[in-house]
Amino acid sequence: MKLDSKIPSGPMAEKWSRHKQDSKLINPKNKRKYSIIVVGSGLAGAAAAASLSELGYKVKCFCFQDSPRRAHSIAAQGGINAAKNYQNDGDSVHRLFYDTVKGGDFRAREANVHRLAEVSVNIIDQCVAQGVPFAREYGGGLANRSFGGAQVSRTFYARGQTGQQLLLGAYSALSKEIARGGVEMHTRTEMLDLVVADGETKGIITRNLVTGKVEAHAADTVLLCTGGYGNVFFLSTNAMGCNVTATWRAHRRGATFANPCYTQIHPTCIPVSGDYQSKLTLMSESLRNDGRVWVPKKAEDCGKPASQIPEADRDYFLERKYPSFGNLAPRDISSRAAKECCDDGRGVGPGGRGVYLDFSEAINEFGEKVIKERYGNLFDMYERITGESAYKQPMRIYPAVHYTMGGLWVDYNLMSNLSGLHVLGEANFSDHGANRLGASALMQGLADGYFVIPTTVANYLVTQKPGAVTTAHPAFKQALEDANGRINQLLGVKGKRTVDSFHRELGLLVWDKCGMGRSRAGLEEALRRIPEIRAEFWENVLVPGSGSLANPELEKAGRVADFMEFAELLCRDALDREESCGGHFREEHQFPDGEAKRDDENFCYVSAYEYSGDLSKPILHKEPLTFEEVHLTVRSYK
Amino acid sequence: MALLNLHLKVWRQTGTQPGHFQDIEAPEIPDHASFLEMMDIVNERLIRAGQDPVAFDHDCREGICGMCSMTINGMAHGPERGTTTCQLHMRKFRTGDTIWVEPFRARAFPVVKDLMVDRSAFDRIMKAGGYVSVRTGAAPEANEIPIGKDVADAAMDAAACIGCGACVASCKNASAMLYVSAKVGQLNTLPQGHAEKDRRTLAMVRQMDAEGFGNCTNQYECEAACPKEISVRWIAKLNRDYAVASVKEVVGIGRQQAGDGD
Amino acid sequence: MSSLLDSLSRFYASSIGKKLLVALSGLALIGFVLGHMIGNLLIFAGPDAINEYGHMLHTMGHGGLIWVARFGLLAAVLVHIVATIHLTRQNRAARKDAYGKEATRVATSASRIMIFSGLTILAFVIYHLLHFTVRVGNEYNNPALYTAMLDGQPVHNVYKMVIDGFSWAPASVFYIIAVALLCNHLSHGFASLFQTLGLATNKTWPLFQKAGHAFALLILVGNCSIPIAIWLFGYGR
Repeated sequence: MKLDSKIPSGPMAEKWSRHKQDSKLINPKNKRKYSIIVVGSGLAGAAAAASLSELGYKVKCFCFQDSPRRAHSIAAQGGINAAKNYQNDGDSVHRLFYDTVKGGDFRAREANVHRLAEVSVNIIDQCVAQGVPFAREYGGGLANRSFGGAQVSRTFYARGQTGQQLLLGAYSALSKEIARGGVEMHTRTEMLDLVVADGETKGIITRNLVTGKVEAHAADTVLLCTGGYGNVFFLSTNAMGCNVTATWRAHRRGATFANPCYTQIHPTCIPVSGDYQSKLTLMSESLRNDGRVWVPKKAEDCGKPASQIPEADRDYFLERKYPSFGNLAPRDISSRAAKECCDDGRGVGPGGRGVYLDFSEAINEFGEKVIKERYGNLFDMYERITGESAYKQPMRIYPAVHYTMGGLWVDYNLMSNLSGLHVLGEANFSDHGANRLGASALMQGLADGYFVIPTTVANYLVTQKPGAVTTAHPAFKQALEDANGRINQLLGVKGKRTVDSFHRELGLLVWDKCGMGRSRAGLEEALRRIPEIRAEFWENVLVPGSGSLANPELEKAGRVADFMEFAELLCRDALDREESCGGHFREEHQFPDGEAKRDDENFCYVSAYEYSGDLSKPILHKEPLTFEEVHLTVRSYK
Repeated sequence: MALLNLHLKVWRQTGTQPGHFQDIEAPEIPDHASFLEMMDIVNERLIRAGQDPVAFDHDCREGICGMCSMTINGMAHGPERGTTTCQLHMRKFRTGDTIWVEPFRARAFPVVKDLMVDRSAFDRIMKAGGYVSVRTGAAPEANEIPIGKDVADAAMDAAACIGCGACVASCKNASAMLYVSAKVGQLNTLPQGHAEKDRRTLAMVRQMDAEGFGNCTNQYECEAACPKEISVRWIAKLNRDYAVASVKEVVGIGRQQAGDGD
Repeated sequence: MSSLLDSLSRFYASSIGKKLLVALSGLALIGFVLGHMIGNLLIFAGPDAINEYGHMLHTMGHGGLIWVARFGLLAAVLVHIVATIHLTRQNRAARKDAYGKEATRVATSASRIMIFSGLTILAFVIYHLLHFTVRVGNEYNNPALYTAMLDGQPVHNVYKMVIDGFSWAPASVFYIIAVALLCNHLSHGFASLFQTLGLATNKTWPLFQKAGHAFALLILVGNCSIPIAIWLFGYGR
């Protein structure tokens, strides 16, 4: 198999406009004949479904939540980047492009990133027109804030709820199209499998989560907008329902999975407090502007209240290790430093997995009132969850998984190697390389949904006769049988352990061996253990109830079963990539000072894995990355 | 960390069949656990005991997706002000407490299973007019319409609604006025939403009525239960916008002749 | 024309439409309650004052205005009652299954018994009209007993009627109970109507609320002062 990225020719800044010119058009009368399935209703899914329906395509949109408005895009707090240069601080499309490529540690495809930067400006226009209440200045213009990895202020925001507001904007556009009859919305419906008929992606198999009904849906093309796989770690900042099933099932049907080892860790989350914990909550990184991160110097002090540890016995490790960036060192670096301290036995709080984020100095300097104004809502949230007041004692934080850069491989048209399968948003691999900059996830989801796919989908559709394949095709029958078979298999095990106990076990292992720091020995151990856990799962899982009714345990079981398989690919990719870059840190590959050591000579490529039928032997394809505009440099934050 | 021994009275129901309260003992619940984590623990034990676990809706568990529901001790999302069920923690309870756990009850929110209810009525209200009719790609430059900071802030206050339905669940009349007023209010406040203001207001209120929600009697239980503390003054604005739109409709005045309502 | 009627019926059919009518009729009734009380308080200004006031009401506009007022009030009362009964029935239907454990956070008890206080007030108003306006089961329509001279002209002796009426304990007690309920009704209804009319804002609401409580108290004290003075303190007897 050859992976053809279909990057348009010509200078970087003209590729997208040329491609738009060269893209196929379908006349309005014929558009009505084409049907499109959109799986997922987050930023990418809702934006795509609404925009394609506006163009005249018949759209069917699916989400497992009870309303499209609840997709996990809603949880994004910080903001969305756009190269508007409203601040007159020298921002430009090129600068946003450059920052994103560099932030991704030179493991992203330049042409895609440039397009992302180009359409970023349209996104803001679109969202404002929809009524998204972005923060404003007194003069009535849009306000901006600065965000990590950039020297300009280009982040648009709506309080701490930017993701929510953008999603509600897309949801309102989707609602408009549902009302018009252009989109048929299926809520509480989960995709179980992808249907490939005669080499073309023609539909999906779904399960209605209320009635339990397993159904086939056919269309002329399928768009997966199903988010990331962070929940493979069990504990992450992802919503409970986030899963890899859609992309993993597509992978098993032939789509290549790219760069699964690129996962992002966020340094400021509320630590785990016990083994009952179901998820982690992110606290805005802005806290590090005023908080000082420390742990006790001596392990025996860890049990003491923070106030009883004298200044001399505290180790402000970020300030010590990175004197110029200090507490504001980048996400991956701060995260690893915290992990090292905890590995060293100097972590604080329950289980010893936490470091202090101390505001006492800031409170002394500026007063509690000022700190309250800046971070009041975050302090309240922290108190709600931990029962501790960060005004009186230091916060405890610990890194957690919150985004995954890897995903299904796509070409410039956002189509995977599997003909007719398009992948948008976090579910694809294309724009963030090995590390995503803050406020870029929302940008990518909306760029793909509003501005890229409406143009590029036609390039595929013109090659297809509308409605050529229906659910009567044998491929649908086969896929239905497979899906029902898997459900019955899960229900039939009737073992002794709950789904969650398996998910927790898998997650802990993957987090431990393939989380912030990865080593050959650890990964090899994980690769030994994962098949064992998976085997036990299929022998000993206990899924109560039946498949014919609402059964949340059955839903979880199906998702965890897929995580069990995916986890192996994740670790295999991490083992294969013998370098450190972005969110992927191999302990063997670091500079003496602990900085990540990238290997451009041998690893400047996208790893795209093909399913071979044997989970332990995926076939690796390499898409070389060439850099025309940006020069490869070493990221240093000393 | 303390452990709590709790007595739960949990509503069990399958579809449209009549439901009942099940007494479930929940011993040794860590007080640091969230309410939903307590339910997770209870479910793990039920599953291991060969019983049907309690079905409930949840997703983000950080108070923003609006998926979690539950009426806890008669209060939508439980006793803590401005907090969703997923953010409510067990340290708010005492060992020995009896906790009533029920679905959000309203005719317009039929029970799916146990504590899960069908809130698609909210989506249908949105479908009736909860949008600005702008096509993708047809938007003017974002800074072309200046919007005062106070207007943008007010719109954001309304837009903070997470669509959870606690307003309906807590209202003595199962009215959806707070939800509808927040959705209508956000767009009616912003200049982008003005062109469709009257149409939107009438359509969304009519859909709300058609769904079988009750009427607002200005008791403000909704505001007290709202996890985002949306103000009932949005309801006043909806009433005002509705009155203006109705008068215009009854008398037959187009917007051009009537000028703007606000 | 029919489209106008259609629009009107759609307006009434809507939840907010009915509520706006309840608020507007409530506002009219509040005006009446205030006027009625001020008129009644003339009893403390002596027989001539209240008799003259009564006579004036009956002779305004050649005796026509009082009927205009009566029909207006009747309409307001009917709208207020019919719409609230409709609304209440819808509200009951909106939650079929009651909560096993019911909790109330902020709703005032007054707001929760509006339909009961309202219907009790209605019952009282009917009794009150039969008592003092239609005057059944009593002698108040007997000119031989209830005629007073005002500027040398015979007029109905309202003063004596009121004194006699409230000298009978059950009438006074019922009156006081009804006024207490009215006060309760107003303590929610007064401010509430401004919310329904869309006039309540964060700034105005506290004012409406205070004004509502003050008004309800005024109505309570003003109206109850009459039976209490007559029945308990023997005023005018």
